[in-house]
Amino acid sequence: MRIGVDVGGTNTDAVLMDGSKVLASRKMPTTADVSSGIEAAIGAILTEADVTGSQIDCVMIGTTHFTNAFVQAKDLARVFALRIGAPAGRGIPPFSAWPAAMRDAVFGGYAMVRGGYEFDGRQIAPLDEAAIAAAARDIKAKGIGHVAVSGIFSQLNADQEIRAGEILADAVPGLSVSLSSQLGRVGLLERENAAIMNASLRSLADHVADAFARALESLGITAPFFVSQNDGTLMKTDQLRRYPVLTFAAGPTNSLRGAAWLTGLKDAIVVDIGGTTTDIGVLVNGFPRQSSVAVDIGGVRTNFRMPDIISIGLGGGSRVREHGGKVTVGPDSTGFRLLREGLIFGGATLTASDIAVASGKADFGDRKKVEHLDEGLVFAALDAIHGLVEDGIDRMKTSRGKTPMILVGGGHVLISRPLEGISQTEAPDHAGVANAVGAAIGQISGEIDRIYNIANDDSREAALADARERAIEAAVLAGADRASVEIVNIEAVPLQYLPGGATRVVCRAVGDLVMEKA
Amino acid sequence: MATEINLDNIEDLAVGSAFLGTGGGGDPYLGSLLCREAIAKYGPVRLVSLDDLKDEDSVYVAAAIGAPTVMIEKLFSVEDQHHAVSLLERYLDRPATAITSAEIGGCNSMMPVAYAAMRGLPLVDGDGMGRAFPELQMTSMNVAGIACAPMTLADEHGNSLLIQANSGKKAELLARPVVAEMGASICMSCYPMTGAEARRGLVRDTISAAVAIGEAVRTRGDLSAIDRLVGALRQHAYYADAYRIFDGKITEIERTTQSGWVTGKCTIAAALGKREAQLTFKNENLVVYVDGVLRCVVPDLITVVDQETGQAIPTERLAYGQRVSVIGCSAPAPLKTPAALEVVGPACFGLSEAYTPIRALMEGKE
Repeated sequence: MRIGVDVGGTNTDAVLMDGSKVLASRKMPTTADVSSGIEAAIGAILTEADVTGSQIDCVMIGTTHFTNAFVQAKDLARVFALRIGAPAGRGIPPFSAWPAAMRDAVFGGYAMVRGGYEFDGRQIAPLDEAAIAAAARDIKAKGIGHVAVSGIFSQLNADQEIRAGEILADAVPGLSVSLSSQLGRVGLLERENAAIMNASLRSLADHVADAFARALESLGITAPFFVSQNDGTLMKTDQLRRYPVLTFAAGPTNSLRGAAWLTGLKDAIVVDIGGTTTDIGVLVNGFPRQSSVAVDIGGVRTNFRMPDIISIGLGGGSRVREHGGKVTVGPDSTGFRLLREGLIFGGATLTASDIAVASGKADFGDRKKVEHLDEGLVFAALDAIHGLVEDGIDRMKTSRGKTPMILVGGGHVLISRPLEGISQTEAPDHAGVANAVGAAIGQISGEIDRIYNIANDDSREAALADARERAIEAAVLAGADRASVEIVNIEAVPLQYLPGGATRVVCRAVGDLVMEKA
Repeated sequence: MATEINLDNIEDLAVGSAFLGTGGGGDPYLGSLLCREAIAKYGPVRLVSLDDLKDEDSVYVAAAIGAPTVMIEKLFSVEDQHHAVSLLERYLDRPATAITSAEIGGCNSMMPVAYAAMRGLPLVDGDGMGRAFPELQMTSMNVAGIACAPMTLADEHGNSLLIQANSGKKAELLARPVVAEMGASICMSCYPMTGAEARRGLVRDTISAAVAIGEAVRTRGDLSAIDRLVGALRQHAYYADAYRIFDGKITEIERTTQSGWVTGKCTIAAALGKREAQLTFKNENLVVYVDGVLRCVVPDLITVVDQETGQAIPTERLAYGQRVSVIGCSAPAPLKTPAALEVVGPACFGLSEAYTPIRALMEGKE
């Protein structure tokens, strides 16, 4: 049996699963110390299913704790940034374009030393080890405990970053080292930012990993635990301690993955309707489609693998208004005050939930409170609600033709009509804890992002084969069962304005977790 | 009209030059960071009108050359730019008195600003294209008979190269392999000019135009971003024939790549009815048809912008489902003469269409 936990900003959800069966689920408030909320939620499902901690094989935890901490500049450590690549790249130093508040919280100095690679793998310069030793003395003198190392084209070749990390760690006892090559893709500044963010969260990561371990221990669970990454796959605790930033998008990802698992659909649009907003994402081969544009977190630009999600201002609490015969829904919402302010709950505000109940398609609250509503108004509001969702779905689709839709979240009752562009609609059981289910079903992944020289079809095949092999090895190294590993995505994009066949290849492999029996 | 580039309007310049990039030219974002660093260190950059250049002035181009995907790894530095320009200054024995951009569209609007800040020199309010083009010979200077060479290239190691070539096209052909050898993200200077030559060779007022375009897009107001954008274009002598050619959703996008070119087609369908626009690009947008009728063709400008924000969408980021407006406007007059069309006309991009001004296409055949 396995347990999936989702620690959100408001709620901590837990599910107990045996194979493909959900045995129990529970929502509890998230606590400031994280661990007591987890203890309460897991404790409740163990009791409900009458299972003891020792019967659990594995625990998977998804959390938005690190995202929230970074955005709020809370519990962050100061970071020294070492960039390898001079004489290239000097014009735009580390921490460029950071918002002042974030920079004040994190800035711990920087150095730009000689080294780095060209796009074709040649060295820009040999690694300047003397300059790194000098940076180490500076770090020691300043009393900084965390360093972020980023090298030009380090995602093609991480050797120099690794060597620099060794020199720093040897020279400064106890120093935590974050390497950009472990984090991002092409785009030095964004990858460097990710490494700096990561370094700033390392102390907190130790604290949270310990809190998770304590919570499980106090429940008598001795099984290993894993943490969800941005792409819905899992990492081990030692990886969480080193790369907490890889959890940044785990929340929405787990929700999408959970929806896929609960319905058995691998390719679908997922519409998650909450109280205030509707999040729409896309499942491709069982995984969220990733965003291709730079993502700002706390005003800092990164190029993380984030799910491509749009949020529209429609939820169960959305306000419904009529202006000169035109009915609008949202984007403002009564939010958690719906239970006081909505008509069906005795309030005075007309909301999307009131419309759903008045139309007879949903039944909650007090139906009598909406009997007086004009039929034309209800009909027009339903038009608006379905129109908003149809429009959102259409924005997320990548081709014409119909696609299945999975409806999750408490607000799914708003949708009662067939939608344009949708072939079938699924509203699974346990949709409310899809996040925790998504955590529980996590697999292990490996990804590479390299530039190959592709001159003809033969070299193209050789390059793609090499990329596949490297991605599979990365997945196995992360803990995947080799026999189960498969390639889920491979893209080859030629570089613009460059003669020859320089081509950037991104490849991802995913496999099942090797289960170590407790 | 902007008379200097400072920390307050550098973002406007970036947004405006992305529009003038007509889908190509590289993302000005990194360049704008370089400018921020340089302006914070050396102070704002004064813009000088072509009319205010003295005959004996020495005007030097500052530009980055390479592949955008490599540039986002290796970034830029003004020191490398200085190697390229100073080599040319020494060769010609004529110190720079002003700096100019060769290409206002895309990231090459930015390097000249940062470099002018470093040198404490004025930046000419103008450029060599009034938009973006992919090759070195596709400039107004070339059309005016000003030579591209001597041209210099410099990498971050202090390696530099001076190229003599008997045509702009030959300079382009000689430079490309060297650019790859030098790391595909380097600095250059070319088309060295006297003030008198700059006056007849450059496209005027394009830096301040880009600032005005960016400001119009970024400033919120009663009008929609698209209306503000088109309004700003109509204020400018060169871009005045500006039209919102088509609104719709991208329903098909195909791309193929060979020898450094990303060519492709994009279909945009109207929200209501069956009208469709068909856009063809080759790094930059080249030609657009609506329901089979030609609406705009290079060198006139075609840019796809986000319908809500008015921000330009580069060709590599066009994707199914985006709600876009296709904006077209007239190219600067120096690019539309018969001699210019030999260098930047439709045939130079392998198109069979004859050049017809956007105004005739939009108003003559309605």
